[in-house]
Amino acid sequence: MSFFYEKILGGKNGTAHLLILAAVILIIFPLFLDAFRLNLVGKYLTYAFAAVSLVLLWGYGGTLSLGQGIFFGLGGYGMAMFLKLEASSPENTTIQSTPGIPDFMDWNQLTELPWFWEPFTSFTFTIIAILTLPALFAYIIGAAMFKRRVGGVYFAIITQVIAVILTVLIVGQQGLTGGINGITDLRTLNGWDITSDSAKYIFYFINAGLLLGVIVVSRLILNSKFGHLLLAIRDKEDRVRFSGYDVGNFKIFIFCFAALISAIGGAMFTLQVGFMSPSFVGIVPSIEMVIFAAVGGRMSLIGAVYGTLLINFGKTTFSESFPELWLFLMGGLFIAVVMFFPNGLAGIWNDYSHHITNRLGFVKTGYNKIKQTLVPQKIQDSSH
Amino acid sequence: MDGYTTSELGAIFAMQGFAGISLFSVLLLMALGLAIIFGQMGVINMAHGEFMAVGAYTTYFLSTFTEAYFPSFLDYYFVVAIVVAFFVAGILGYFAEFILIRHLYSRPLDTLLATWGLSLIMQQTFRSVFGAREVSPTLPDWLMGSVQPTEMIDIPINGMFVLGLTIVVTLGVFYLMFKSNWGLRVRATTQNREMSGAVGINTKKVDRYTFALGCGIAGIAGAAFTTIASTGPTTGTLYIVDTFMVVVFGGAASLFGTIASAFSIAQAQSILEFFISGSMAKVYTLLTLVIILMFKPEGLFASKVRR
Repeated sequence: MSFFYEKILGGKNGTAHLLILAAVILIIFPLFLDAFRLNLVGKYLTYAFAAVSLVLLWGYGGTLSLGQGIFFGLGGYGMAMFLKLEASSPENTTIQSTPGIPDFMDWNQLTELPWFWEPFTSFTFTIIAILTLPALFAYIIGAAMFKRRVGGVYFAIITQVIAVILTVLIVGQQGLTGGINGITDLRTLNGWDITSDSAKYIFYFINAGLLLGVIVVSRLILNSKFGHLLLAIRDKEDRVRFSGYDVGNFKIFIFCFAALISAIGGAMFTLQVGFMSPSFVGIVPSIEMVIFAAVGGRMSLIGAVYGTLLINFGKTTFSESFPELWLFLMGGLFIAVVMFFPNGLAGIWNDYSHHITNRLGFVKTGYNKIKQTLVPQKIQDSSH
Repeated sequence: MDGYTTSELGAIFAMQGFAGISLFSVLLLMALGLAIIFGQMGVINMAHGEFMAVGAYTTYFLSTFTEAYFPSFLDYYFVVAIVVAFFVAGILGYFAEFILIRHLYSRPLDTLLATWGLSLIMQQTFRSVFGAREVSPTLPDWLMGSVQPTEMIDIPINGMFVLGLTIVVTLGVFYLMFKSNWGLRVRATTQNREMSGAVGINTKKVDRYTFALGCGIAGIAGAAFTTIASTGPTTGTLYIVDTFMVVVFGGAASLFGTIASAFSIAQAQSILEFFISGSMAKVYTLLTLVIILMFKPEGLFASKVRR
């Protein structure tokens, strides 16, 4: 029990922060937001998966990936392909020249389903694919890079280039991938309408539960021996290597795990938003995920969630009313967070929370004083 | 490649080769600046593309200015614009280094994020000042037109002019880095910062001027860019990834490597573009580069600098 408490929940502080986060996303948001706004928050929380993955990879592992959009996208596209195949059953697509294939394929004069679409007719395969393919892809990239001791800025650039390649490929191969519009018109999951309000509520809670689960598992990893080694690799890679550890394998594992988390986020994104497009794969979304993690605090799993929510609320509010101001603000945020708050919101909280606790302590002593002054009065009263 | 005769293929290669030369020139000018900065300080300037856009917008501004007030100088303004673009981008780079980048040298990954922020701010500034529409300057008459050595081959003059400009700038950079006293200091700082400081080189000053020089060359790239395409607020972003690949593929801090990789990337992309769609040409080029880099991470011509 104490193992569970200390390692997984992170002790007294960790448990408190996790409970507060759980209360915010599981109780407060569903109580105070309507279905539309809640769906929006659900969308933001899917980005939080990628932000959490970057906390592990970048904050603790010291390896910045500018390509988390790749894995988010792979997860999202995997789910979208399944939903699209279900939506384009022969009965639904009788007006097409080839019924039974997705509409964009028909528009691009394809007459049969491409081979890599075939297996996605099975829901079980889709789930397995979402959980394995992105991680496998990350393994290939990671093995090629980390085994050759490529890291730092080089790694960041290579992952960014891979994100560009994937985006250009998706946009270019319109007949196979839906092109720039992405895969749209996703309506049902195994016959269940995913656009209804009740479905949106259910997906929101599944998503929030998965996110909390991911945070707990990540904490377990970080509090294990592996986590300590990860931190050691970040700070003095050579010393860890000289101590006899294969540094490359540790980095590969955390990169694969980060890819897996991002892919889950991507799949949940498709389910909640109802489409997937290349604009969630490329450079800009990938680097935005980094800023979510940076603003929340690159060393804080929970901070990353708050960072994601804060920036996305800001983006929605500002880009509606002052689109010009938003990019200035975003750019300024990048600079400010790097120069002045390298530990993000979590860092600010850690630096200043004792002031708040002191304030609360003041309230507590005040309460005690009042109690002390009240109690003797009561005694006096009773003596009368 | 079926259906083409040998002479047709030759002409296609020659034509696309000349088209590739314009791309090569812009990529090389961009990469020179980026490679100098990366080789010198180990930081990646994500806003490098925006410094190119500064050069391009400077050229556009001077073109409109000349057209409005000194129409008779329209034939010569372009040469002036190249010099002005260099200084405007260079001075901006100087201040960017002074205000932002010098605080982050010990954290290269953070520099990447901060300069990305800078690039967002610069993009929005372009959009607010010049509008979201793409603009292009009025080019002088002598830059227009083309030479036809044979019936099938058509060599655009602006491409040749840009190539000449690139050669001049490259030679200038070569002289500056390897023959001048200043270059000696830059190379000394690259090899061993502490020792250079100990023997009396002001390494901070060297950093600042190196960064300014790199941005200035990006400005020249921008001026050259206006001759081959029009400029929009996000123009810089389109070229930044290719430029990174040029630098990484060529092996950072190797001038010859940068030239060779800019040439091969530009030519590969340009020749492939004729046979397959532009997007697939880009995919194949980048994919080949990534695969080569996975086997040879130091790039083609790695410098033997101890880190």
